[in-house]
Amino acid sequence: MTFVSILYGLLFWAATLILVVGVGMKIRQYWNTPAPLKIPTTPAPVTQGGVVWRMFREVVFFESLFRSNKILWLFAFLFHMSLWLVLIRHSRYFVGMNDLLVFMQPFGRYAGITMVLGLAGLWARRFLVDRVRYISAPSDHLMLALLIGIGMSGLMMSFVSHTDVTQVKAFFGGMLTFGFFGAEGGLPADPIVLVHLLLVAVLMIIFPISKLLHAPGVFFSPTRNQVDNPREKRHVSPWALELERQGKTFLSELNK
Amino acid sequence: MADYEIPKLTGEGYTEVPAVKEDTMKGSGPFIAKADFQKAMGFPTDFDAVGDLVPNWKERALEKMADLKSRYRSLQVYLDICVKCGACTDKCHYFIGTSDAKNMPVARQDLLRKVYRRYFTFAGKYFPKLVGATDLTEEVIKDWYNYYHQCSQCRRCSVFCPYGIDTAEISMAAREILDHIGYGSKYNNEIIGKVFKIGNNLGLPGMALADTLEGLEEDVEMDTGIKVRYPLDEEGSEILLVTPSADFFAEPHIDGLIGYGKVFHETGVTWTFSSHASEAANFGMFIGSYENMRRVSMRIREAAIKLKVKRIVFGECGHAWRVAYSFLNTLAGPFDFLDQRYPIPQHILEYTVGELEKGSLTIDKSENDDKVLTFHDSCNVARGSRMGNYPGGQFEIPRKVIKAVCNHFVDMPADTIHDATFCCGGGGGLLTDDLMELRVKGIQPRAEALKHVTTHYGVTHMAAICAICKSQFTKVLPYYGFTMDQIVSVHQLVSNAIILQRQVSVQARPDEDEDDDD
Repeated sequence: MTFVSILYGLLFWAATLILVVGVGMKIRQYWNTPAPLKIPTTPAPVTQGGVVWRMFREVVFFESLFRSNKILWLFAFLFHMSLWLVLIRHSRYFVGMNDLLVFMQPFGRYAGITMVLGLAGLWARRFLVDRVRYISAPSDHLMLALLIGIGMSGLMMSFVSHTDVTQVKAFFGGMLTFGFFGAEGGLPADPIVLVHLLLVAVLMIIFPISKLLHAPGVFFSPTRNQVDNPREKRHVSPWALELERQGKTFLSELNK
Repeated sequence: MADYEIPKLTGEGYTEVPAVKEDTMKGSGPFIAKADFQKAMGFPTDFDAVGDLVPNWKERALEKMADLKSRYRSLQVYLDICVKCGACTDKCHYFIGTSDAKNMPVARQDLLRKVYRRYFTFAGKYFPKLVGATDLTEEVIKDWYNYYHQCSQCRRCSVFCPYGIDTAEISMAAREILDHIGYGSKYNNEIIGKVFKIGNNLGLPGMALADTLEGLEEDVEMDTGIKVRYPLDEEGSEILLVTPSADFFAEPHIDGLIGYGKVFHETGVTWTFSSHASEAANFGMFIGSYENMRRVSMRIREAAIKLKVKRIVFGECGHAWRVAYSFLNTLAGPFDFLDQRYPIPQHILEYTVGELEKGSLTIDKSENDDKVLTFHDSCNVARGSRMGNYPGGQFEIPRKVIKAVCNHFVDMPADTIHDATFCCGGGGGLLTDDLMELRVKGIQPRAEALKHVTTHYGVTHMAAICAICKSQFTKVLPYYGFTMDQIVSVHQLVSNAIILQRQVSVQARPDEDEDDDD
């Protein structure tokens, strides 16, 4: 299986680079794009600490979604929180085992089931609710199929057909040193683990070019991350300040 | 009354979410602005006739989109991060009223997003079908013009979006793009032109304004026996009052304006209108034009400096208060020449509630005993601004004032008030007769909530604090069996209940005694 191991080793190198560089570039773009006006959806916090708390409630409890639609919230919350547990469980492939990770293993194991349930609920909505059906593009369906594929193949290995996890750990442990070129660091010759990892790599690759950008993006959403203090503190973007400085009305009149 | 069906109200207080239909509101949108109007606002005018696009419209539209997304973080982020979860799909009053699929907030955003994806993203460039990306065609432009003028930018969807995606930001950007390729909205751009040329939306010149105010003083004197002043351009006054020009003669707006004057009169503060800034409204926001919004805002700064006032107070107007509260400091600040002990700017309700709390107003609540009131939270006040020094003051303060001057008050159902309030159906630059069908259908959720409290709690009147809401309600609620006079200004209620104690205005004109002897 050396050929497959090398292929997967290179694939994960590429996927990781694309994920990190791609998301990094999007974050840099969001960071560098000015927000010229104060547009928090009010009532909004009047302090920076309050904004942190609002964002915390939003990303941990999905507060706005809860207000909006309880069933959607249930599926979305189930999926995302299960995903966190699953990810924590999977960290054992990259770091040494510790007490916390040992404790978390069973939670992560069963979270795989709730994760797939949540995803199934989200997918069902795309067929059953006419409004959601209308707004769904093929990519919205495929994204759910991809995640369910990852979840199901993972569950297969957890509950039906185990794979050699020590070998998988050796593979990922050797990633940095290109251990997958050697005899020791190969992947187990197991179709389920190969499918599972292939789908994960695909997910990593499409992350920076898809709606998965909602994960970093939500932190840059001006309606949620701005402090409601426009009367107390003057907020001006660099390009608007340039209008003032040069005494111009239109941006097209500005000297560059 | 109309060639379309007017929805029936149930009185249950809520509106059923309709099944999605396609193209029920397909059309050509509101009237398009002619070159003169576009020119006054610094927009391109190289289109041949109204309804034609400029040469190279496609490249220029994409160029504008690239420009906007590089200047507005909201636009860039919101175009990227929508996951199509559908949380917003049943939140828009225009979707509820029209069932048109493209009036679902996410579908409305997608009209722009699918073009963004096609030209600016990897997935859209190479796999357009997969991600629902489409080429920019004339058909798409027509859809933009039509459906981005079926959004009142009320931001109700943004409250319920898990990422706070604000369709108003998208529709403002879309209108800005359209303005740059020959598709400006006549209603909005003609009005902004009038503000630049004459000073207010209604094109009311200074002399006419002076006459109107003088007539008003006479009316109030006849009514109360006291010469309450409604001063114009009086230099050195403490307060500059900026109010929507509809307050000068529309009903019930003007009754609110009478109320502002009585409150100022009683508290013994000097104040004035400005003929230079005789308009609080700022339609620059509706069309997403920062430059024009700033131009309109600068008039207020100029007027404040010229009249040497110490404070700026805004009258009852929804979007104007959003621009004033959230943007004025940004657009026309810093206001270091004003008295820093007061909020800059201040809402008339913040002023009045303060005076009520101090006890400086003599109130007879029984003057409003013929009414049972409810209150319509205007979207831009509710979701785009604040009153007072704590979050949510914009909900409490108007209610506090109403309850201080009225004995009977009932709120509409909880999911139709505060930050979940439903738009009146005429906001965001849509208050034009060429969009009548949209306005009639868009008011449905609000009308339903109102019907609920009139049927079950005996509510007789709905108070509002926005000139557009008041105009829309008085014109469109009659389609649903309500009467025009059921809509009142909040300061109209104050005006009714206030018992004037001060016999002579602190701004009384010296020659007035002679007049009185006549």
